[in-house]
Amino acid sequence: MRLFDLRIIIAFLFGLYGVILVVTGLGFTSTEDIDKAAGVNINVWAGAAMVALSLAFTLWAWLRPLPLPTGEGKQD
Amino acid sequence: MSVLAQADLRLDAGPLDYALLVIYFAVVLGIGFMARRSVSSSLDFLLSGRSLPAWVTGLAFISANLGALELMGMTANGAQYGMATVHYYWIGAIPAMVFLGLVMMPFYYGSKVRSVPEFMRRRFGNAAHLVNAISFAVAQVLIAGINLYALAVIINALLGWPLPLSIVIAALVVLAYTTLGGLSAAIYNEVLQFFVIVAALAPLTIVGLIKVGGWQGLVDKVTNPEQLSSWPATDLTGISNPVWSVVGLVFGLGFVLSFGYWTTNFAEVQRAMSAKSMSAARRTPIIGAYPKALIPFVIIIPGIIAAVIIPELSALKAGDTSSGVRFNDVLPLLMRDLLPNGILGIAITGLLASFMAGVAANVSSFNTVFTYDLWQDYVKKDRPDEYYLRIGRLATVGACVLAIGTAFIAAALGGSNIMDYIQALFSFFNAPLFATFIVGMFWKRMTPTAGWVGLLAGTFTAITIYVLSEPTIGVRVIELPGQGASFLGAGLAFVVDVVVSVAVSLVTRPKPDSELVGLVYSLTPKKDRTHSATGEDAGWYRSPALLGGGVLALTTVLYIIFG
Repeated sequence: MRLFDLRIIIAFLFGLYGVILVVTGLGFTSTEDIDKAAGVNINVWAGAAMVALSLAFTLWAWLRPLPLPTGEGKQD
Repeated sequence: MSVLAQADLRLDAGPLDYALLVIYFAVVLGIGFMARRSVSSSLDFLLSGRSLPAWVTGLAFISANLGALELMGMTANGAQYGMATVHYYWIGAIPAMVFLGLVMMPFYYGSKVRSVPEFMRRRFGNAAHLVNAISFAVAQVLIAGINLYALAVIINALLGWPLPLSIVIAALVVLAYTTLGGLSAAIYNEVLQFFVIVAALAPLTIVGLIKVGGWQGLVDKVTNPEQLSSWPATDLTGISNPVWSVVGLVFGLGFVLSFGYWTTNFAEVQRAMSAKSMSAARRTPIIGAYPKALIPFVIIIPGIIAAVIIPELSALKAGDTSSGVRFNDVLPLLMRDLLPNGILGIAITGLLASFMAGVAANVSSFNTVFTYDLWQDYVKKDRPDEYYLRIGRLATVGACVLAIGTAFIAAALGGSNIMDYIQALFSFFNAPLFATFIVGMFWKRMTPTAGWVGLLAGTFTAITIYVLSEPTIGVRVIELPGQGASFLGAGLAFVVDVVVSVAVSLVTRPKPDSELVGLVYSLTPKKDRTHSATGEDAGWYRSPALLGGGVLALTTVLYIIFG
């Protein structure tokens, strides 16, 4: 049994989320919203952290790809 | 939980927030479809073909436990009891998880059993097996229903969808991906859920902390200084003597309840059994222990913050219940007051993801026990594997349908109390099960008869303590508010189970040694208990013992700093 690489999915989801949040935070978050969040533009910061997470998973998947199936893997 | 709908928790979710939610559900279903391609046998479907890497199973191990009860319950505990809540994580989980990985996993994984009840059958025979398999299957369906109900209540409160519709939609999503991709889809989604849950809770914690003026600001604002230290937790245990309170915590929660839950609950152990090697299986609970040690910071701290900055909660804490808000509402209230659109969508997604993780874990462990332990062992033996794969899929559908039914029962009975009863039910079964396992694993003389008699005696003891201490039953012999009664019940159940098992073993006939190889410590050759340390299991950083020692050290340091 051989599954797809979950790291790519995580990188994809958080990359997408991160970009959406950063754009929202920079362009579409009102001062009122920023005041609500104790003066922090939390969309930008959380978005940036998600982009970083996404990059970390991409890098990991790229440096250590899933091993190629050798024969039928393990006996069971 | 029923009160939740009455208080004003409706969140101001906009199109953007819904879009983020929809993206998440699309990915979840996509994982189901992609995982389907790699399912070709019942073992693939029900146990991921024992092929997953340790970081995946380790995070799934934590996520399967990070459901509705956990998130709502522990933020509520944080608001109500303060720092004492960390005991549920540090003393109440970490040692047991390390023990599972280092001591018990070699028997679970090494004996190639496919479920915890199957281990019972090999060690003690059919009587103990049947009791264990049926009680587990029933409990999972009940708990799945309650998780589903909690999920529907939160959808209803946050987004305004009607309760019955929410229940059915939530069940259909879980059903879709678990029937398609089986355990692999459930586990992959659990890992994804873990990150989304953290992405929901971390911003909430950070914004909350900034709002109260940082850690020092929080310390200044908490009116009762006892709530900032975790010992001796007299409020939490309900035991007024501090020494006995600590004894109750360490023995009741830290030893019996927590070891019982983490080491014998198949919904958890299944995640480790699906790992690709003995080494990965042993590392699964230990890798999971690291996030488990740290996650109270984004669960309990928001609870403490909420009690300070949300007016309704401070009022409630002071004894004023007029707002209709309950401690369970901490997360929705914080989201309402702190998060702007965008991150709000992530937080809603995280909350729903967490609740789905709980349901999926119940369903995916139920179908394995149903297929292998009930259907294959007692109904239709010796069929080709495709037959059992089909049964596994049907059992998944059946579990979801039953869970919808039990969710409506939970709704009819009114929510929060049922959760407490299920917790109590769990302690009836888990504490004795752990006693039977631990004696059976280390004492080859323990007999099959002692297996089931000990279990029944332990369960009976726990039920007796429950009846004697539960206020609603009316026979109030034991005065223990808080969690003290369940600590006491679990502790006594453990002791009684051990004593009865030993006594019965001495007068009944044990299994011959040859049938116990791989199941009992003294009869299992050392090489079968150790894991390989070559290839993908090589490297000092993959040593289970080292990782286990590391997380115990981390927990000790955390206790010294924050305890």
